[in-house]
Amino acid sequence: MALKGWKEIPIGGVIDEPGKSREYHTGTWRVLRPIVDLDKCTHCMLCWLYCPDMAIEITVNEKNRPQMVGFMYDYCKGCGLCADVCPVNAIEMKPETEFLEE
Amino acid sequence: MMNIDLKKSKAVTGAEAVANAMRQIEPHVVAAYPITPQTPIVEYFAKFVADGVVRTEMIPVESEHSAMSAVVGAAAAGARAMTATSANGLALMHEIVYIAASSRLPIVMPVVNRALSGPINIHCDHSDAMAERDSGWIQLFAETNQEAYDLTILAIRLAEHEDVRLPVMVNLDGFILSHGVEPVEFLPDEVVKEFVGKPKRVYPLLDTENPVTYGPLDLYDYYFEHKRQQVEAMEHAKKLFPKVAEEFEKISGRKYDFVEPYKLDDAEYVMVALGSTNSTIKYVVDWMREEGFKVGALKIWMFRPFPKEKIQYYLNGRKAVVVLDRSASFGAEAPLYEAIKSALYEATIRPRIGSYVYGLGGRDIVPEHIRKAFMDAIEGNLLVDEQRYLGLRE
Repeated sequence: MALKGWKEIPIGGVIDEPGKSREYHTGTWRVLRPIVDLDKCTHCMLCWLYCPDMAIEITVNEKNRPQMVGFMYDYCKGCGLCADVCPVNAIEMKPETEFLEE
Repeated sequence: MMNIDLKKSKAVTGAEAVANAMRQIEPHVVAAYPITPQTPIVEYFAKFVADGVVRTEMIPVESEHSAMSAVVGAAAAGARAMTATSANGLALMHEIVYIAASSRLPIVMPVVNRALSGPINIHCDHSDAMAERDSGWIQLFAETNQEAYDLTILAIRLAEHEDVRLPVMVNLDGFILSHGVEPVEFLPDEVVKEFVGKPKRVYPLLDTENPVTYGPLDLYDYYFEHKRQQVEAMEHAKKLFPKVAEEFEKISGRKYDFVEPYKLDDAEYVMVALGSTNSTIKYVVDWMREEGFKVGALKIWMFRPFPKEKIQYYLNGRKAVVVLDRSASFGAEAPLYEAIKSALYEATIRPRIGSYVYGLGGRDIVPEHIRKAFMDAIEGNLLVDEQRYLGLRE
């Protein structure tokens, strides 16, 4: 999202449209990035339950069961709660510096 | 000087004059907490509410922090909201004072100037207002009760203008004005109501068709831009003030400006001050003029935004300028002196300049003190880096 100049934004820090927080990519704050090993993952959904930013991406399979897919990195702040609660240690927190090339 | 028609005027205290202006403005919301010497403003206004004279929603809050918070909420909702305070009450509001300005809410607040504690003191000085000088509020200073009344009405138009959207403090000296009785010419109610008009609403929270959010988190990506907007709004206030003053003159016959020159045409020695002390300065100017001294005065009506260009216009080329401050900035130059000195940096012919701090904690300033400061200037005895004191015991 391109940042706007001071003449282009509403005064007083007012947000003049509802639902705009979607455009605010808090993922830019992240220092550690969660990486999931889907071979280990049992799709227990604990990470999905605990994630404070609703940044766990899931789908529903043909048996109507939720499946862990990955992370919404635009919103994941890298808190590491998912890695902490994962019962099979399928999530590893890696420094963002390892991904600078991307 | 303002000519007041005594036949048309009433003898009232500054507090009654301001409360009467508030009655005529009839804001939707007033939230206030009583504090000496602002108390009679709230008392008078509460009586107007109790008697059904105004339809204002009066919120008796538990502290000044809540008073300012309540008017911030009301103003964000789209209401015309006012409060009033003094000294420690203003200091307790401090956090929300900044939020009012940065949320661009056009709140008008009479501030009855009183010394900040400690040691505790209830009398007049300007330390309370000066502690808020960088808060983003427009700051006006009244010399008389008439001015306190007029500026309160005028401030509404300045604050609410769509190019400005800034809160305004109308400063009046504690006890000297708030409790001192002077003749005040009141405008008819309908004239004031027409002058202030209906409030212009910008992003009102109660407009549910167009929902907005006030006070969101604003970090390194946008906070700076919002501060730049506040700088610009102050420039707009400077541009707009003469127009509002002109319109006010049409209804009142009383002329306001950023500053008021007094016997300046041929004056070689000029004294600059804020507030009620200007009346004493004018008295001394008259007295010394009778003796042939070319002295004059420059009263500052608007302290924020600071009218630098007007200061330069009136002070450039004078022999000497004496600045009187009713507050000190510990470890630095007194606030008004610092601002005047800074403005004169760009003057073609810089006058000699001297700083005099006076009247802290309500210490009386008498004509002899002012004469002494003028005589220092006339005798060439001013030192740019020396802060002097009037009425202080050594």
